[in-house]
Amino acid sequence: MNDSTDLDVSCFDYLLPSLGADMDEGRVVEWRVGAGDTVHRGDLMAVVETEKSDIDIEIWHDGVVEEFLVEIGELIDVGTPIVRLRRLDAELSGTSDSARAPSGPPGPPPAPTEASAPLPPAPRFDRHEERIPASPLARRLADERSLDLSTIEGTGPHGAVVEADVRRTATAATATGSSAPERQRTPASMRALIAERMSRANREIPHYHLARDIDVGPLDAWLAERNASRPITERVLPAACLIRAVGLAAAKHREFNGAWVDDHAEPADSINVAMAISLRRGGLVTPHVEAADRRSLDEVMERLNELVAAARSGNLRASWMTGSTITVTHLGDTGADLVHGVISPPQLALVGFGRARRRPWVIEDLVTIRPIVTATLAADHRATDGADGSRFLATIAHHLEHPEDL
Amino acid sequence: MSDLTTDPTGVETPTMTYREAMREAIRDALATDERVFIMGEDVADYGGTYAVTKGLYEEFGRDRVRNTPLSESGFVGAGIGAALGGLRPIVEIMTVNFSLLALDQLVNTAATLLHMSGGQFNVPLVVRTTTGAGRQLAAQHSHSLEGWFAHVPGLKVVAPATPEDARWMLPTALADPNPVIIFEHSALYNERGPVDATLGPVDLERAAIRRAGTDLTIIVSAGMVPKAIEAADQLAASGVSAEVIDLRSLRPLDFDTLAASLDCTHRALVVDEGWRTGGLSGEIAASLGERCFWSLDAPVTRLASAEVPIPYAKHLETAAIPQVYDIVANARALVGER
Repeated sequence: MNDSTDLDVSCFDYLLPSLGADMDEGRVVEWRVGAGDTVHRGDLMAVVETEKSDIDIEIWHDGVVEEFLVEIGELIDVGTPIVRLRRLDAELSGTSDSARAPSGPPGPPPAPTEASAPLPPAPRFDRHEERIPASPLARRLADERSLDLSTIEGTGPHGAVVEADVRRTATAATATGSSAPERQRTPASMRALIAERMSRANREIPHYHLARDIDVGPLDAWLAERNASRPITERVLPAACLIRAVGLAAAKHREFNGAWVDDHAEPADSINVAMAISLRRGGLVTPHVEAADRRSLDEVMERLNELVAAARSGNLRASWMTGSTITVTHLGDTGADLVHGVISPPQLALVGFGRARRRPWVIEDLVTIRPIVTATLAADHRATDGADGSRFLATIAHHLEHPEDL
Repeated sequence: MSDLTTDPTGVETPTMTYREAMREAIRDALATDERVFIMGEDVADYGGTYAVTKGLYEEFGRDRVRNTPLSESGFVGAGIGAALGGLRPIVEIMTVNFSLLALDQLVNTAATLLHMSGGQFNVPLVVRTTTGAGRQLAAQHSHSLEGWFAHVPGLKVVAPATPEDARWMLPTALADPNPVIIFEHSALYNERGPVDATLGPVDLERAAIRRAGTDLTIIVSAGMVPKAIEAADQLAASGVSAEVIDLRSLRPLDFDTLAASLDCTHRALVVDEGWRTGGLSGEIAASLGERCFWSLDAPVTRLASAEVPIPYAKHLETAAIPQVYDIVANARALVGER
């Protein structure tokens, strides 16, 4: 139990996880559990606000929630204990504590529920909406002080940010000299985050770019036939095929799947294909499909649907956001013809797909019209060379040209 | 009238009821200006339905204190004629509900003549009428329609809420060369308060801060003023500092005073005994929204009477009009729970 910081072996602390390479702090905006709740591996514990979005965080151990260790809205470092949990009976040798009534183990007795557990916040405006509820005065004051309203905990009616909230935040920021309030996930700050990451990519990663045209006629026909007999909710979109094809290709060409760490490439065991999803309010997020090489096409599609819905509503799970090993960007049918991608550090490659165009195409000795997608590879020249990239692209093309094997 | 109150400076100020103050104002006007006379239903021998003119007939005689038939249109029209002829009539309309029978005279004639005569004929008419609920007088004697008159250019509309304003608004109204309507709230007639006998005519265009506060501004007039002050007392006990502003004048509205208050409190609750829809509270709220938007820390909120004819039954009447606890609850919601 590497997340235990408590000498009392009957208890362990749940720490604020890192939800991305760039995250070093965050704040709990909502508890998803209450004191006394029994939680199991994979249960959602809280919603954590990071620079990118609000993310549900999961727990990896079973236990009973004893105590919340941080306040809603408090800015905390990654690794800070946020919830104290009591181990389930089975994990303790020789004790038979009931879930709620531990009898006399050392350590602090559980405080009464109502006293120790911050209640879940009252119903509030949806924090994910673009418009943050705030009074005109609060807006004006925040503007004058260059404070980001989304960083200010609202205490007014319906959770609206009011004057007192702005003044409190301004005072706190002045007192600590913290610049934290400016670093948050508004479209502007998301822009700043993207700017920082992309600048780093272009500064540190010697990119090389390759392109390959792929005839997606067979894929279109196969998908059309396959989807014709399915209800709309079970239909597979081309994007899922792209992820699946890249996943399969990355499994074969592992030098493109992983991270550049210090001075060498570290191929990853799992193939987690991230998908760039643009947000209506601006900016983009890149949650991934875990183990894309080992999921069926339907499973990839199912997860992709989840990711898009969660991304657009701002409810991405932490486990979808961390540990991406390669990224796919798909411009869609209204996009550009091809994309010269920028790698998301510390990954090693990004595969881009342009729109499908009806183009003259030579098959045998005949010129015909086929739907063509240009696949591009942006790869880290420190890790691979053009010949490797060509083979990687060829494998991707092969999978897309043989959709029945996807 | 005989009571005395001692203010913090040690000066003794006589107190009187709102009714006594109004009567004293009329008596003073009749005594000091021979152009002044009062007419209305039962104002002479009976002393007025609300006993405001009690004793004046005996003191000044039938020429100065005149009973009229039950014809509001007729006697208001007569008042306009008298005003045009050089007199200074005070016309008493028993309740605001009956003033509707005189709407044509007031809106089409009194309010327009100066304009339509190219400035030749002003109408120095004063109309007094009662307004408001709370005395179980049912739906034809209890409404608050002063907002309708406040809609009309050419009229001045005032609503004294204190005995002192009851005493000293009338001379200002009589001195005004144009029509002034004075709304007296029926529930205030027995309210007792200090009246400075030497104060003299007061202005009719400025709102008054009846209680200073810093957390929100409660904007009221007439019968809602004592309720708002009581609400402010209760709010103070729980740490909410409410400023109570008595509009005094409903037309024109003194937005300078309201805006200055909101600059401090950033929140406003408009309490109106009239109905909400199309009412004066909406006018005030909208104007404050326009003028003070970037100062507001909460929506300008209205508390008005239920949209029903005012009921006769006591408990229903109480429920229909804003009460102290309604004001307190709305104020609390506005500042957030403390």
